[in-house]
Amino acid sequence: MDLAQVLTDGLRAATGVPAIAYALAVIGLNVHFGYTGLFNIGQIGFLAAGAYGAGISANLWGWPFWAAIVAGVVCAVILGLLLGLPALRLRAEYLAIVTISASEIIRITVRSTSVESVTGGPSGIGRWASSFYRINPIPEGDYGFLGIAIDQRKAWVMLVGWSLVALAVLVTWLLVRSPWGRVLRSIRDDEDAARSLGKNVYVFKVQSLVYGGVLGALAGLLIAIDANYTTPGEYQTVFTFYMYVALILGGIGRILGPVVGAMLFWFLLQASDTLLRQLITDDSLLGGVIEQRDIGSVRLAFVGLGLMLLVIFRPQGLLGGRAPGKAR
Amino acid sequence: MSASPAAAALAGVAPRPGVPKPDPLLVVDGVTRTFGGLTAVDVDHVEVQRGTITALIGPNGAGKTTFFNLLTGFDRPQTGTWSFDGEAIHQLRAHEVARRGMVRTFQLTKVLADMTVLDNMLLAAQQHPGERFFGALLPARWRSQEQANEQRARELLDKVGLAPKADDKAGELSGGQRKLLEMARALMVEPKLVMLDEPMAGVNPALTQSLLGHITALRDEGRSVLFVEHDMEVVHSISDWVIVMAEGRVIAEGPPAHVTADPTVVDAYLGTAHRIDPELEP
Repeated sequence: MDLAQVLTDGLRAATGVPAIAYALAVIGLNVHFGYTGLFNIGQIGFLAAGAYGAGISANLWGWPFWAAIVAGVVCAVILGLLLGLPALRLRAEYLAIVTISASEIIRITVRSTSVESVTGGPSGIGRWASSFYRINPIPEGDYGFLGIAIDQRKAWVMLVGWSLVALAVLVTWLLVRSPWGRVLRSIRDDEDAARSLGKNVYVFKVQSLVYGGVLGALAGLLIAIDANYTTPGEYQTVFTFYMYVALILGGIGRILGPVVGAMLFWFLLQASDTLLRQLITDDSLLGGVIEQRDIGSVRLAFVGLGLMLLVIFRPQGLLGGRAPGKAR
Repeated sequence: MSASPAAAALAGVAPRPGVPKPDPLLVVDGVTRTFGGLTAVDVDHVEVQRGTITALIGPNGAGKTTFFNLLTGFDRPQTGTWSFDGEAIHQLRAHEVARRGMVRTFQLTKVLADMTVLDNMLLAAQQHPGERFFGALLPARWRSQEQANEQRARELLDKVGLAPKADDKAGELSGGQRKLLEMARALMVEPKLVMLDEPMAGVNPALTQSLLGHITALRDEGRSVLFVEHDMEVVHSISDWVIVMAEGRVIAEGPPAHVTADPTVVDAYLGTAHRIDPELEP
């Protein structure tokens, strides 16, 4: 057993692109759920809107890269309005139904072979983000930190990604501590009280949904850029729930909770993966008990165990947000 | 019995349901609200005089709170119109009603428990540029407004004796303190009409006196007050005019002394059966 390897692998995942993308999407989810009390369980739909909005406008219409990125963000804004304008007039539960349904409708639609000429169907849209790598200012070579080796290509994605996370944290911090953020918190607490004091609760909810959705779109764009590919398999419903796990791990309603939570989630996932692999092959301790092909599921059980322990012993999350049960 | 200039203006008004007032702030016409087969509110006409404390009383289930919810835009009637300060507001939504200067409190207090007492107050300030999404990102543009609001909030908290609690979570306040906070918070909106839904419910007797004092002070500052109350002693001691509801209708109105002596009101509260009982015969 090589614990150093387990730590290194975990750390690589905690700082890698999926963790960055989760951090961005979960910051958005935290604005929805943590600060406004909106139960959005289709955040992954916003990631899909961003990635496909950009992919289609670049691939089908030949838009330049930067215009495609803008198109991706605009798609998320439109999706937010499309879901929010009808659903946020209704009781809270309807938003949950509408968001999860919309995220599945998007995934199933883009995967459909009947629109293959637009979305690429099951195989997706390839190589629409190559321009991103042509403007890479980082000189060719091998880079590394804490024993993690990356090339200039990965370094460029990670640099942009972490910069986006820093920017998202800063903007969200400015927003939630402003009077605007105070109205969001009042809506989470008791929206009738906010109404009785002259606040147009509906408008604030729509703004919150759209802003958090745009952060989700940035996450989707980052994943697509990293792979230089957009496929429907990356937008499954379950990923929204992984994001909620990350949010609870880090701390609901804390400004850095999503970042810590996303890093921790990916660390746990990858570290348990490496550990299991070692236990099966090197030590043959678990040989015969778990097969290689089971690792993908068993490592999720580890994350689940971590989440259970956290909810039992520290329900407010690592950074001390609100306990999940109190979230709405 | 209180005697204010506004009450004096009501001296010549006949004590009968739906009577016109010399200077009405709120005028209600033909409001009905039914839930399935049950008619909760059926008010033909009622007016609330500007600058007075008007009590809305009636037995349980009389439709007082439903009437409140309708007037403030928290519920929609089947029929009816009403105007506030000369403007028709029956189609406005709750937050628009509040912005016009008609601000309510709730029977079960709705303080924002997770927020500090001061934040509860600051939330109620109107026309705040920092509450716009993009404006929020430029603190330099709203900081002076925020400071002015905070000063006003602290003055109001000081008046109701909650200044030492300003930085505590509102959820830590006692029931009576919550009532005080809700009232102070409503005043942050700068209302013309304060609508208090059972302001004394669950308040200990020591606080009741101070609450009564605050309500009379509102009128003396030139605001109007409409409040729902059960306690007849409270109604007697502070109101200039009393409107009585029973089974959704306005069955009587007039000065407090007049309505408590009105046999229709006594019937509504106690039922007609008591008249048969010779023991209760006057």
